[in-house]
Amino acid sequence: MELILALAIGVLTGSGVWLLMRPRSFQVIIGLCLLAYGVNLFIFSMGRLYVGAAPIMSKGGFVDPSAYADPLPQALVLTAIVISFATTALFLVVMIASRGITGTDHVDGKEREQ
Amino acid sequence: MMPDPLPHHMIIAPILIPFIAGAIMLFYNDRNRQTKLVMGIVSIALMFFSSVELMQDAKSLTEQGDSAVQLYLLGNWPVPVGIVLVLDRLSAMMVMLTALLAGPSLIYAAAGWHGKGQHYHSMFQFLLAGVNGSFLTGDLFNLFVFFEVMLAASYGLMLHGSGPDRVKAGLQYIAVNLAASLFFLIGVALVYGTTGTLNMAHIAAQLATLNDAQRLLFHAAAGFLGVAFLAKAAIWPLCFWLPPTYASASPPAAAIMAIMTKVGVYVILRLSLLILGPQAGDSAGFGAPVLMIGGILTMAFGMIGILGTPDLTRKGGYLAIISSGTVLTAVGFAQAGGGPEILSGALYYLIGSTAAVSAFFLIAEPVTRDDQGSDDQSAPEESTTGADAERWDWTPMGLDTVEDTPSPASTRTVSWLTMAVCFSLIAAMLAGLPPMPGFIGKFAILRGAVEGNIALSGQLPVMLWIYTAMLILSGLGALIALLRFGIRRFWAEAGPSPRILALEVAPVLLLLGMILLLTIRADAVLNYTRDTAITLLDPSVYRKSVLEDAKRVDSSPPQNHAPYEPPEGTK
Repeated sequence: MELILALAIGVLTGSGVWLLMRPRSFQVIIGLCLLAYGVNLFIFSMGRLYVGAAPIMSKGGFVDPSAYADPLPQALVLTAIVISFATTALFLVVMIASRGITGTDHVDGKEREQ
Repeated sequence: MMPDPLPHHMIIAPILIPFIAGAIMLFYNDRNRQTKLVMGIVSIALMFFSSVELMQDAKSLTEQGDSAVQLYLLGNWPVPVGIVLVLDRLSAMMVMLTALLAGPSLIYAAAGWHGKGQHYHSMFQFLLAGVNGSFLTGDLFNLFVFFEVMLAASYGLMLHGSGPDRVKAGLQYIAVNLAASLFFLIGVALVYGTTGTLNMAHIAAQLATLNDAQRLLFHAAAGFLGVAFLAKAAIWPLCFWLPPTYASASPPAAAIMAIMTKVGVYVILRLSLLILGPQAGDSAGFGAPVLMIGGILTMAFGMIGILGTPDLTRKGGYLAIISSGTVLTAVGFAQAGGGPEILSGALYYLIGSTAAVSAFFLIAEPVTRDDQGSDDQSAPEESTTGADAERWDWTPMGLDTVEDTPSPASTRTVSWLTMAVCFSLIAAMLAGLPPMPGFIGKFAILRGAVEGNIALSGQLPVMLWIYTAMLILSGLGALIALLRFGIRRFWAEAGPSPRILALEVAPVLLLLGMILLLTIRADAVLNYTRDTAITLLDPSVYRKSVLEDAKRVDSSPPQNHAPYEPPEGTK
């Protein structure tokens, strides 16, 4: 499980970074999305990996914390997902405005001279 | 902390006031700009009063010899479990600075800029809420949330007024900041993975218990966080986004965004001294060389940039870069054990230079303005926004919304003359000429650097020599660039002077008054920053008072919500 998760994070982040460096705004936004997915998985994995452990403890009495998954990274990742989703949506709007104004999808607002 | 049962609710006021004000404004039609303006000014005034109150608290606490830190438990959970707001002298100072910069910027916006797009006032208030939250929070993830609130509002403010230039610069600004935010998240996750906590004071306490492998990971986390904050604070290789962004943002937005680079500087200052300061054992001084070398290169880059660009607003961007670089280098020296004097000077310089950069952005637009159609000489000034509202029409992408304000100047030549005098004063301030706080701040930094080190080792390290030279050279560069512009614009140019509204002169005068006050009361401010620097360099005070609660949790009988286990022990 560790290997699969590590590979997934690595592939997502790697392709995200590569796309982020590309000149087309569509590539940039897809790159940012992939990067955000990679980062979210990474945050999740920082709570250590558990199989079949609930993050919420039952009410009352003393419980053994090691039988439960760490709830904090799950809360963090939820917040991070919401925020990156919202800012990406905002970026999309600006991107469309830029496309409408400049007539090109190059991030510099003009095509490179050949 | 006094053992009073009543929580200190004032601490959350600087976050709640603009937040609520901004939310209420959304209920009004966007054309009721006067109403919103009044609400905004009231909110900023309230914010200012609460910051005065907070500063009094922070000051009296230190003078009593008590701990210099106050806590506010959000949600009333005990400390390492729940999130907290932390007030100390540094955060009180920064909150006050925010309120002081926000007022003039908002007044300036009333001269017409707030009518160039939608929801200016709400975004402005949300930006303030985010900035204040970043200054007051004591929790790393909470800092991320407030950072995002601030950034989301700044995207809106940056694009305010629209137009091809703004959209193009905004596209890059947002992309850079989204990438930096992701770096921030990676850093936060790594910090949590290694130390098992996100509370800043608790991280500092946990740092001593890390083994070598974990310490390596923690340093990687610090590096990631450093990249994110240094990009915000505009250190040299990461500052490419700043000049075009600030130059194309509308002047009042750029003026308030001047505080945003200082949010990055603040976080670097806070974290590097609290967690990686001289007392941090194996991690002591981690990142200090980067801050020193990067800061000096930043100053050099800013100096070359300001000499190279003909555009006045871009010059303003480079001035912000120089100011960031100066403070960051001083933080690097302080972190490496340079003593409190150098840090105290840097904090004083930070206040003065931020106000001056903000004033510079406000003055740059009217001063470079071309006189367009000087036909209507005397329309009543109240009609500015009313006429604007009628003319204001939604067009696709808001392409044609950026124009000069239609109303005439209050008094033409007088306002122009005032602007010229203001410009020269601001230039003197930014170049660091004697009566201005820029000079006093730089002098205090140099004195601290020289005296502290000569007493310690009998000689100055090479790095300090370079820093000294750069401090003076960057001032000279700014002086040459601004004088050249001033002479060409104010003396050599014939023809009619552009129309400048009284509403545009007043905020600049306000900021200048603040700067002059900073000179007159220099000893009081320097005393304050010196005490601040001493408490910053002794992070055990901060740590102890924040974690006081933590002990109470550990000693209480284990309950369902209480068992707190750092995750490194679980697997």
